[in-house]
Amino acid sequence: MRWITARRRHPAAGYAVVLLMLVAIGMGYAAVTGTGSPASASAPAGTSQRQIADGQSLFNKNCSSCHGLEAQGVSNIAPGLIGVGAAAVDFQVSTGRMPAKGPAAENGRKPVSLNAAQTHAIAAYIASLAGGPAIPAPAQVSTSGASVAVGQQLFIANCAQCHNFVGAGGALTNGKYAPALTQATPTQIYEAMLTGPEAMPVFNDTTITPQNKRDIIAYVTQTRSSTNPGGFSLGRIGPVTEGLVAFLGLLFFMVLAAMWITAKHGKTEAHE
Amino acid sequence: MSETNGHGELPGDGPRPGTHGEPAEQGYPAAAAEAPAGPRRVIGTPPPAQARTLLGRDGPTAQAAPRELPADPSDLGKAKIAERIAATCFIIATLAGIGFIAAYIGLPVHSVDAVLRSNLALGTALSLAMLGLAFGATIWVRNLMPAVELTEPRKPLASAPADRAAFAETFEEGTDASQFVKRPLLRRTLIAATLPLVVAPVVLLRDMGPLPGTSLRHTVWRKGLRLIEDVSNMPIRPSDFSSPGGMITVIPEGYATDDDALAKAATIIIKLRPEELQHPTVLNWTVDGIVAYSKICTHVGCPVSLYEQTTHHILCPCHQSTFDAPRGAQVIFGPAARPLPQLPITTDADGYLVAQSDFHEPVGPSFWERG
Repeated sequence: MRWITARRRHPAAGYAVVLLMLVAIGMGYAAVTGTGSPASASAPAGTSQRQIADGQSLFNKNCSSCHGLEAQGVSNIAPGLIGVGAAAVDFQVSTGRMPAKGPAAENGRKPVSLNAAQTHAIAAYIASLAGGPAIPAPAQVSTSGASVAVGQQLFIANCAQCHNFVGAGGALTNGKYAPALTQATPTQIYEAMLTGPEAMPVFNDTTITPQNKRDIIAYVTQTRSSTNPGGFSLGRIGPVTEGLVAFLGLLFFMVLAAMWITAKHGKTEAHE
Repeated sequence: MSETNGHGELPGDGPRPGTHGEPAEQGYPAAAAEAPAGPRRVIGTPPPAQARTLLGRDGPTAQAAPRELPADPSDLGKAKIAERIAATCFIIATLAGIGFIAAYIGLPVHSVDAVLRSNLALGTALSLAMLGLAFGATIWVRNLMPAVELTEPRKPLASAPADRAAFAETFEEGTDASQFVKRPLLRRTLIAATLPLVVAPVVLLRDMGPLPGTSLRHTVWRKGLRLIEDVSNMPIRPSDFSSPGGMITVIPEGYATDDDALAKAATIIIKLRPEELQHPTVLNWTVDGIVAYSKICTHVGCPVSLYEQTTHHILCPCHQSTFDAPRGAQVIFGPAARPLPQLPITTDADGYLVAQSDFHEPVGPSFWERG
């Protein structure tokens, strides 16, 4: 404390405090907004009667309170799941969106509460009710041989308006939002396009072909490793943040510089 | 504090023109011409001490009060340190400047990553050079130069009456000598020669045209033109686009690379359940629950394709205009003034989606003559 007391009237003390507070705020923000761990998805196992029975049991425990005991849905609370298919179940559960904590405008990604085997069991049960899109096999979501360039064109034409041009996500209406695609696995991206979770439109295999879907997946996964010109991503949400950071950052340093250049210093008296 | 060095105490300052209602001639004594002609200074050498005043010496008694700025800072030890710091800044700036040239010459720019590295090096070097200069100069000013405020009396802005009279006389002489007044033929042809050059810039405004005519009212859509998917350029059968909640951007077949055409013709098709479509959607213009709307927002023309399949709302990302897809894309929120125009579609003999005609109203933002 004595060290501080001795120096707190130093000309540079004010600047030092401002800098320290800025660093503290930045580190605090980074600590609060830590990234979660991506959910893992594994290849779907072969469907068996045993698996369907397990799935039904899991469904009754985890899902039926909102979706109904027959998966028929409850008006204004949860949609019916008959015919949504295994892909929709796998997407929702493997991203942690389901089981949901409660009714919300948008169910965001959160840590998964059911493991891959349990997820596939529920998916098999839902698929056994009325079919629907199946969970894609690993070969279907492989990006080998896929064209990142075509994927980018498709992404910009069909996805970027909601998910941002590099998949950083964006806002929709009434609390809904298009999530960032930074943690989605290729399987989850494929399933989302196929089933249209929440407010997302459906891009079925006859309009966006499986090859096109793999191109899009290749683009989305490629953007994650692309370098950020300037060194900082700033959320990759475009010129608004970049302009704001440039404006506020430059303003801060220009104010500091102006204060330094124009500040009175002790020699005025000396020459009088 | 600084006033003691300022204007107020100068004994030889005399009455300032204008302040005491005296004529401005007071500021122009004849002595102005006989300013002391000292030894000629060689550029780069220090001036003699008596030349170090910043005040004008044209006053009659200005020489009586040559006020010196302090020659040296009060604390020579601190000044030495400041000198070294400033010199270090200048050396850094020098090296960074050389580094900039070296980076420009040395770093390759053959790929995107190489350009990024080159930009980083160039920017860093240039910033260091500029900042080194700025910091050095500021440290120099703050720590070595005297912090004394000086006041310099302002000279009258008008020229001396003798100068003005001489100018008027010269002008008159020149007018007479040039024969400008005496020879009207020359005078008038000269004026005529300049007139077209004055008019020329007005004529050049023609390049802002031609007027758009009716081009804002039409797109390239016409009867029988197939709707193809943007990017993959595949025609679409209603059975291909059968999942309720589907939405896709379509363009007219044959115009995939015609940006001028696509700027107006871009369209989205949305698959709804047929029973969801309601007035004022034109049901004859839909195919099995598939409805086509212009992708150009009627507000300022952003691409509208944020489609929420749960609410059937189409959003514009620019200003949040919201259109209700099952009800003719009517505006339910935001600054857009009109619904998105609906494209009449049907199927052709091969079962692919085609346009029945062009849009029946102008697409995109309002314009003056739209009516």
